[in-house]
Amino acid sequence: MGIADEMAKKQRPISVAEFFEKNRHILGFDSLTKSMVVSVKEAVDNSLDACEEARILPDILVKISQIGKDEYKVVVEDNGPGIVRRNIPLVFGKLLYGSRFHALRQSRGQQGIGISAVVLYGQLSSGKPSRVVSKIRDDEVAYEILLTINTKKNEPKVIREEPIIWDRKQGTRIEVAMKSRYNRGKQSVYEYLQQTAIVNPHAQITFIEPDGHKTLFKRVTETLPSPVREIKPHPHGIELGEIVNMARSTKTYRLTSFLTNEFTRVSPKIAEKICKLAYLYGDMRPQELSLSEARRILDAFKMVKLMAPPTDCLSPIGEILIKKGLKNVLGSLKPGFYAQPITREPGVYGGNPFIVEVGIVYGGELPKDKTVRVLRFANRVPLLYQQGADVITKAISSVDWRRYGLDQRGGQGIPVGPAILLVHVASTRVPFSSEAKEAIAEVPEIRDEIVLALKSLGRQLKRYRMKKEQKKKLSEKFFIVNKIIPEIARKSAEIVERPVPRLENVISKIMNVIWIDESFEISNGDLYITVRIANFTGKRQKFTLYADYPIGELVAHDGRINEDFLEWEMDIKAVSYEYRHFTLKNASGYRETNYYVDGVNSNYVIGAEPLPGDWKIKIDFVEEVNDKEVVENE
Amino acid sequence: MSSEDALKKLYDIAEKIYDQLNSGDIPSMRLAARHKGNIVFDTRSGVWKYGDSKITRSAKKMDGGYMILRTLYIMEFIKEMIRTKKSSTLREMYYISEGWGMAKFHTQEESNKLAEDLEVITEFMREDFKLRPEEDGASMIGNITVEEVNRKGKPMRINCRDDVGDSGYLVPYNVERDKLKFASADADLIIGIETGGMFDRLVENGFDEKARAVLVHVKGQPARSTRRLLKRMNEELKLPVVIFTDGDPWSFRIFASIAYGAIKTAHISEYLATPTAEFVGVTASDILNYDLPTDKLNERDIAALQSELKDPRFDTPFWNEEIHLMLDIKKKAEQQALAKYGLDYVTDKYLPEKLTELGVLR
Repeated sequence: MGIADEMAKKQRPISVAEFFEKNRHILGFDSLTKSMVVSVKEAVDNSLDACEEARILPDILVKISQIGKDEYKVVVEDNGPGIVRRNIPLVFGKLLYGSRFHALRQSRGQQGIGISAVVLYGQLSSGKPSRVVSKIRDDEVAYEILLTINTKKNEPKVIREEPIIWDRKQGTRIEVAMKSRYNRGKQSVYEYLQQTAIVNPHAQITFIEPDGHKTLFKRVTETLPSPVREIKPHPHGIELGEIVNMARSTKTYRLTSFLTNEFTRVSPKIAEKICKLAYLYGDMRPQELSLSEARRILDAFKMVKLMAPPTDCLSPIGEILIKKGLKNVLGSLKPGFYAQPITREPGVYGGNPFIVEVGIVYGGELPKDKTVRVLRFANRVPLLYQQGADVITKAISSVDWRRYGLDQRGGQGIPVGPAILLVHVASTRVPFSSEAKEAIAEVPEIRDEIVLALKSLGRQLKRYRMKKEQKKKLSEKFFIVNKIIPEIARKSAEIVERPVPRLENVISKIMNVIWIDESFEISNGDLYITVRIANFTGKRQKFTLYADYPIGELVAHDGRINEDFLEWEMDIKAVSYEYRHFTLKNASGYRETNYYVDGVNSNYVIGAEPLPGDWKIKIDFVEEVNDKEVVENE
Repeated sequence: MSSEDALKKLYDIAEKIYDQLNSGDIPSMRLAARHKGNIVFDTRSGVWKYGDSKITRSAKKMDGGYMILRTLYIMEFIKEMIRTKKSSTLREMYYISEGWGMAKFHTQEESNKLAEDLEVITEFMREDFKLRPEEDGASMIGNITVEEVNRKGKPMRINCRDDVGDSGYLVPYNVERDKLKFASADADLIIGIETGGMFDRLVENGFDEKARAVLVHVKGQPARSTRRLLKRMNEELKLPVVIFTDGDPWSFRIFASIAYGAIKTAHISEYLATPTAEFVGVTASDILNYDLPTDKLNERDIAALQSELKDPRFDTPFWNEEIHLMLDIKKKAEQQALAKYGLDYVTDKYLPEKLTELGVLR
């Protein structure tokens, strides 16, 4: 017998489950501590996805209890729509089963491997089956199922299944016993849940640790993320195997209708063209497509010009919630500056739409001598591992942060300084570098978008620092004109025995600015804001001052309302102060109002920006697209 | 020059500030820049003085504003001292400023510097402003008789060899003619000595009598009164002055401030510097020639030497050679290192040799 025959005897199909049993690290189960984090993550991701799809505000319980040496029970329970009884074994006990594999949509889970891999890991490490309880809204009872996975066949093996009374309206609960280890520092279940809460402010998460310690990550908004639309695959983002699978399972009868119906951005005209380029008849049955024919179609896809895929299927976190989320991480630490978070316009890589969002907090009580903390997210899921391999890290490292005021050795690498950076990449298909979904692969389109967004943040940071510097200089001048100069005048007059001279001209020569600042006090829940306008120039100044208050409702004021901002006509004598007032209610969390001026050279104005050209149409954050530095004069 | 003249000058400054304010200008003062880039050799007096480079202290800046305000307060304070016939130490002025509100000094450094600034601006000396240092004057031993006006206002004759103990005659802070006169002297030279240990060695070895020398312990970087005294003795008694220090960059600067004028006080170099003073040693050549025990130069020493190479006062063939040599051998030596060859070596061998070399001893 030849060696080939000898080998053939040993060769047999390996089931997916069996493969993962031997390569569990591919899914992230490569250490005891990490296995627990990954298990919680897979279950929570599923819960969040299910709730969002059903438009339910998620309420999730995560409980970990120790049941033996290095053995824990992980429980994750949600208030989602529940799973119909006959599907429960498949969802939890068959790898690659899921609702999302063929649907392209921004969701946390993508391949349907996650939760069944957890069940598999539990059964392999502890020898115990997993317990699932699920109830759908209309049912009287819930179903309890004990199951394991038949690793050879990749089939669920139900050990027990019975209806039980469950005092919940609806929801799903999974309990998995597993060998693992619990800790609470970096890369822990706690950190994962905390970061999950940051980017999912609509979710409420209760976490009970093995020692009974209970943490509640509160819901900060009642608004669910806008529903994500499913889109069909774009021809430029498809692989051969996928075409074959799709062709086999399509309900269409003609190749042209297969192309127009199952793909996005393919018109009948383009479908004809694709068929022609692939040397195929448009009316052939797609189910009969051979592998080589499919390859010809794939090649033809590349030759036709197509519109980019639609991008309204993405759901960014949004600027307000990014700010709120960052506030959440800080706890009691007070930063000096919250930059306006950046949400870029959607982009496309390989036929897949994606969107990048970034935020930064800086200064204040944040540690100055440590590397900047980076929070990475993909489709609202925190990425805790493999930071070095991630496109986010690479993008951050490639920016020269020294220009923006952070320390960075040699102008590359993670910068050092008092800052926390948040980067979120959302896509119908996030290009993870491995099945464990721990890092995003280095796709140039995505990296470039992140870099542009970061630079935009960097410019804000620089402006903030420059303003601070300028303020410091000016407060020195203030001290000089308010304290030192009058004292010199008094003393010198005393010595020469003459009247104290008038100081207006000297003061305006030293300051030469129009200074606008505000102070506020809170009384009965109302916010009384006083705006001081000081004309420290040598002449009378006439201009319009605008106040764009960030939150709250205007209760009282001494100006004029113009759409959604307040304005005053100022006419102010040389070297004199004036005050203006307004009152806001429901303005908790107020930081400061943005002031704008019009009709005066803004180089002389401190504390207000020039009125943007299009402002009278709508006040909005205008983002610079080009990467030119804004050079401000002293 | 009287204190009244000095006061008048300060009053003029106050008036100028008042006028500036009154005409709507930002008050400012102009004064000579006080750094080594702005000292020039004055051939007439043979000393280094400030050049033409000026800086403006304006009330536009915090520092300038404070300086101007403090000047006004000091003026008032000096006026009061002149009225009550008192004087105060620089340290006392620093404490008195406690009552000046925001004009108060935060460190004595600030008040000392302002006192010097005022000298530069007014061209008066701080003594004219009734301000005196609290630092020690020098000690002196040698056959010279001085006449000092004591606290009671009576002249008192003191022979600095016979009427004093081992520590010698203590030089007062004011050595001007109204306070101190030289009645007689029987000596051939004056030796300024950096360290107390070497001063005591020369005294114990009777070098004052042996070499007919007036020994002056200058106590490190010499006080103004010490430099003034050396200059007066040099000019009025026609005695050559030589300086004997350690062999390191800091000691070179002691010599420079005595002979050429100090950078900080270049506005009064004419009063303080003795341009004919000679440097005895210890030189870098001495370290080699006498094979002296040494220490290695540290980084600060090296930086000091390099800075001296850029200092116009050291731009002579002698100092160029000595400084470069010290940088080459990377070594320094104390003057007491001469004890290597016994306690008498310095008086029997080293000084006679070196002084002969300089032509001071025959």
